Amino acid sequence: MSLRRPASAQTIPSSARKPGDRSSRRALWLGLAFASPFIIGFLFLFAYPIAASAFYSFTDFNLFQTPRWVGLDNYSQMFGNPTFWQSLGNTLYLTVIGVPLAIIISLAGAHLLNFPVKGQPLYRALVYLPSIVPIVVGGYLWRWLLNTQYGFLNYFLGLFGIDGPAWLQEPDWTKPAILLMTFWTVGGTTIIYLAALKDVPQELYEAAEIDGAGAWRRFLNVTWPMISPVTLFQVIVTLIAFLQIFTQPFILAQQRLNTPSAGPGGSMLTFAMSLYQNAFAFLKMGYASGMAWILFVLTLVITLIVLATSKKWVHSANN
Amino acid sequence: MPTINATVSPMPQVDARAPGKRTPSRHRLRQIRRYTLVILLALVFLFPLLTMVSTAFKLPSDVFHAPPNLWPREWTLANFAEAFDQIPVWRYLANTLFISGMSVLGTVLACPLVAYALAKVRWRGARPLLIIVLATMMLPPQVTMIPIFLIWNGLGAVGTYLPLIIPAFLGTPFFIFLIRQFLLGVPDELIEAARIDGASEFRTYATIVLPIARPAIITAAIFQFMWAWTDFLNPLIYLNDASTYTLSIGLYSFFGQNTVAWGPLMAACVLFTLPALLLFLLGQRFFIGGISTGAFK
Repeated sequence: MSLRRPASAQTIPSSARKPGDRSSRRALWLGLAFASPFIIGFLFLFAYPIAASAFYSFTDFNLFQTPRWVGLDNYSQMFGNPTFWQSLGNTLYLTVIGVPLAIIISLAGAHLLNFPVKGQPLYRALVYLPSIVPIVVGGYLWRWLLNTQYGFLNYFLGLFGIDGPAWLQEPDWTKPAILLMTFWTVGGTTIIYLAALKDVPQELYEAAEIDGAGAWRRFLNVTWPMISPVTLFQVIVTLIAFLQIFTQPFILAQQRLNTPSAGPGGSMLTFAMSLYQNAFAFLKMGYASGMAWILFVLTLVITLIVLATSKKWVHSANN
Repeated sequence: MPTINATVSPMPQVDARAPGKRTPSRHRLRQIRRYTLVILLALVFLFPLLTMVSTAFKLPSDVFHAPPNLWPREWTLANFAEAFDQIPVWRYLANTLFISGMSVLGTVLACPLVAYALAKVRWRGARPLLIIVLATMMLPPQVTMIPIFLIWNGLGAVGTYLPLIIPAFLGTPFFIFLIRQFLLGVPDELIEAARIDGASEFRTYATIVLPIARPAIITAAIFQFMWAWTDFLNPLIYLNDASTYTLSIGLYSFFGQNTVAWGPLMAACVLFTLPALLLFLLGQRFFIGGISTGAFK
């Protein structure tokens, strides 16, 4: 993303004039007028809510009474609460396993889709198709596929002589089940990778082949460095998605009469799910606001760590 | 890569890497292996949807049958009849369509305006505002979720569609950025020419900029529609009366009451997926283009 103004901006006389004269003041009004929807949106949907959320996180607030200042109580409560740590642990489990696997699956899928075969657009569309299915639909569909008795997944495993687990009943297997469902919707990531693969100059592969590089060498020395900026983008986007994962575990853990549920032994309770339950089921708005800030800091720190390591593995076109 | 249509070439390419010294039969073998792998890949992704459709057309005795069979032993429409009977499908469809349609309208009206202010109006606020737009894209929605709920609650709008629609009219950062990137690629001369002709700024925007930006706006509209169509969390927070439910919440509530009616549930799921599928088939190039655009500078 380029933050530079278009080069032609410099050739326009109005921008060369000193600020404060008539035309630049007119431009200011025009800019404000055109941007006004988002300026209003920013104030009401971002600026004020961010400040309010920070304030609420230091209060005891149940929606019906005015917020009562409690200092750092919410945060100390959180750190002493096993449910908080469990939800954090579940989320990190999904993230640490899910991000690398999602990246590997997308990249492998993109490689297959890049084969010179007839009907490429059709295969590409089929791989992307699950990504347009409403997540709620996907959730029920996967509950059905994961069904121990009638589901296809354990049936297929059975064909290979594997006795499939009770995916949604055994605490050890619920998170792999969530991961399977999320991997089904990596079509978007795959298509971005496919576009990146097509952008790698063919000459590089030809040169590598003349040097006697096999397929794996060509991948390591040509493809991987050339697509590494895209990988960085994908890692960060996937990371953020996993840290905030909500609907998939929420639907997979759903119980009769929609009572707040967390899966067997709390094994499906993600951070975002726990936050939602605290806010809207238990009406602990202050506590939930504090959780949101923890999530924000966590996201920021992990993203910054990834960005810091990226200098080592992201190939820049400039050097 | 700011242009929307600069995407994957859909044409099969000649295999530039196949060296001439290999015998045709080895090449053929490799092609067979490639077809097998890529078709297998597509099938893995397609298969769950096939089971959804097949389950929707099965009799209960066939649904609850081990081992499962993909092809229904007897096709039936009973599940659809029961889905319509137990879930007010038409009403939920209409509700969802209304919310999605209104948010598309909001997006189409607001986002190009803001994008134009960021890309083509030379004013002091352009750069700070762009940074704000980018920063808000990074913010986890959970941070603002509770105060925004409290604002709507204070306005007495919880339970109405306003909280689900109004934000789109105030511009979605992601789409603003997408259209802004597109507008950067539009030559200034086009816009200057209209300005010199004495057209007002808004007229220039409406008659010159909007038509040019159409591909980007359509991409934004399609994605907004899909987001609103499949959204779960916001309707879950804001809708509390069954008559106002969207399909997502309608299905959720149906499953909460009836966790074993897999046939009718899958039938409802099929009905819910069809409009999204139709949109995908009609607007595929915008989908693929929009996804690829997000990735690059």
